[in-house]
Amino acid sequence: MDMKSLKSYLYWLYCQFELITCSYLMEPWEKVLFHSFNVAMLLAVLYSAYVFVPGHVSTALQFLLHLFGKQQDNQHVPVVK
Amino acid sequence: MANPSAVCNGHLHHHHQKQNNLLKSGIYKKNGIAKGMKKNGVSNGTLYKKTFIEHFEQAPMYVAVLTFVGFGVGTILGYLRDFLRAWGLEKRHLAAEREEQKDFVPLYQDFENFYTRNLYMRIRDNWNRPICSVPGPQFDLMERVTDDYNWTFRFTGRTIKNVINMGSYNYLGFAETDVNALKTVTIELQKYGTGICSTRQEMGTLDKHVELETLVANFLGVEDAMVFGMGFATNSMNIPALVGKGCLILSDELNHTSLILGARLSGATIRIFKHNNMQSLEKLLRDAIIYGQPRNRRAWRKIIILVEGIYSMEGSIVRLPELVSLKKKYKAYLYLDEAHSIGAVGATGRGVVEYFGMSPDDVDVLMGTFTKSFGAAGGYIAGKKDLVDFLRTHSHSAVYATSMCPPVAEQIIRAMKCLMGLDGTTQGLQRVRQLAKNTRYFRRRLHEMGFIIYGNDDSPVVPLLLYMPGKIGAFARLMLERNIGVVVVGFPATPITESRARFCVSAAHTREMLDTVLNALDELGDFLHLKYSRYSKSSHPELYEETRFELED
Repeated sequence: MDMKSLKSYLYWLYCQFELITCSYLMEPWEKVLFHSFNVAMLLAVLYSAYVFVPGHVSTALQFLLHLFGKQQDNQHVPVVK
Repeated sequence: MANPSAVCNGHLHHHHQKQNNLLKSGIYKKNGIAKGMKKNGVSNGTLYKKTFIEHFEQAPMYVAVLTFVGFGVGTILGYLRDFLRAWGLEKRHLAAEREEQKDFVPLYQDFENFYTRNLYMRIRDNWNRPICSVPGPQFDLMERVTDDYNWTFRFTGRTIKNVINMGSYNYLGFAETDVNALKTVTIELQKYGTGICSTRQEMGTLDKHVELETLVANFLGVEDAMVFGMGFATNSMNIPALVGKGCLILSDELNHTSLILGARLSGATIRIFKHNNMQSLEKLLRDAIIYGQPRNRRAWRKIIILVEGIYSMEGSIVRLPELVSLKKKYKAYLYLDEAHSIGAVGATGRGVVEYFGMSPDDVDVLMGTFTKSFGAAGGYIAGKKDLVDFLRTHSHSAVYATSMCPPVAEQIIRAMKCLMGLDGTTQGLQRVRQLAKNTRYFRRRLHEMGFIIYGNDDSPVVPLLLYMPGKIGAFARLMLERNIGVVVVGFPATPITESRARFCVSAAHTREMLDTVLNALDELGDFLHLKYSRYSKSSHPELYEETRFELED
């Protein structure tokens, strides 16, 4: 029951995608071309995210901790005294 | 203020009024275009005798972005297909020059048809659909299929019967085949035949034309009128007779092609003011009078303002009272094209002049067509006797074009007599009232559902905005599957982001037909996600209105 409404909702979403990007008007071979281009682009984006995002996030966190740590050191010295 | 928990009937009535006022002032503020009335008085003095409410709501920003995305994808694909066609990998369907002519000046400008070739061709099956019955409230369509993606069509031989007609300009329902109604037309057909074989000035003026012209003049309340065989030609052939070089034409941004063609043919200077915007027009008038003609600074020989009664793509009604006061102040002439408004607005169907309660003497040239509300063909120009006498001798149409054929003239005569009540019945008035009721009902329901509708609340032309190019084709096809025929309009006729479906409400539509159409629109609106309006009014008033509290002490 829930699967059916989910499937019809997904079908509706696909129809919206088709209407917005004019793939509703394309001939079948054009649709194949267009969809494969989109899928290829999406895969490329996801792959580069998978490869690069952890590295970038850890660098960013390191930088922030370093910055925050330095501030903390400066603050602690007068308090401890 | 009355206590909200007063008598039940009084409460509801008071509440309705308040809600209407709030909504009116809400729309007034948010849409940014001055319309409606302020709470403490009338905003335009006493020019408008009733409220003038127009809607030109803007869609949310994401809609415009997605529309451009759609057009972008279409354009890229268009380039791809053109590339394939140029390199011979795909068959060329459009006209091309022969091999021997390749070095000559190009005959077919390829790139200019880019849009036609690549976007229009894909959804071309929604236009030029042949019909095989009278275009009344319902009609029959010939079924057509295409095997090669709309480049060629073939008829299957089947007819799709009783398709509800929401596209024909049949405002008063005079496009009918009822034998009793067409009795006089058949008599005239047998008496005169169909051909005139002459122009008005030679031997083409029949007694039917004289009868029709006196009737039209009577109907409009003017001194004299002249009729022509074709509505488009009425504009394009008569404006050059009225203005020439050294004159100034101030034309509305969204005027019909016939007016633009007539203006260009005349050789006068044309300046364009923003659609229905009286401030823009006033600025142009002042500049024209202060600066005169561009090179020699002489005064303009004539200044004429070209406007339409109802604009067919927007559904907006011209602001006639302000226009007439401007024209009187700056001593310009007014040419009013009532193609869509004659018969369709006004208490007795006499057009926008009657709708605003003004006298026809205020407008210098009243032009209209018989194609829309009278179920015939042709146009007229009416006004003072001097004007019409001048046109009888100087108009291109009078000198060169064949005059209107007698059965058509008789159809107009019978329709006009019906409208004026001269045939002894009140059928004409009933039709006008039915049209007004249908218009109000249709527009109100569409607003409630949440669609974006353009235009004045009283105009029978209802444009429903679709925005995205993919939805144009989908909308028309899905409506046809539900047995409803609609007209969709896209880029060259409308701005590129504002494609729309245009409904023409008719007096012949029954409440059931309108309800069928509205239910289909409801479903399609949800399926295609067309309900963009942010100001939809609910048909059920809330029980409590919490915006004002009265503390009782």
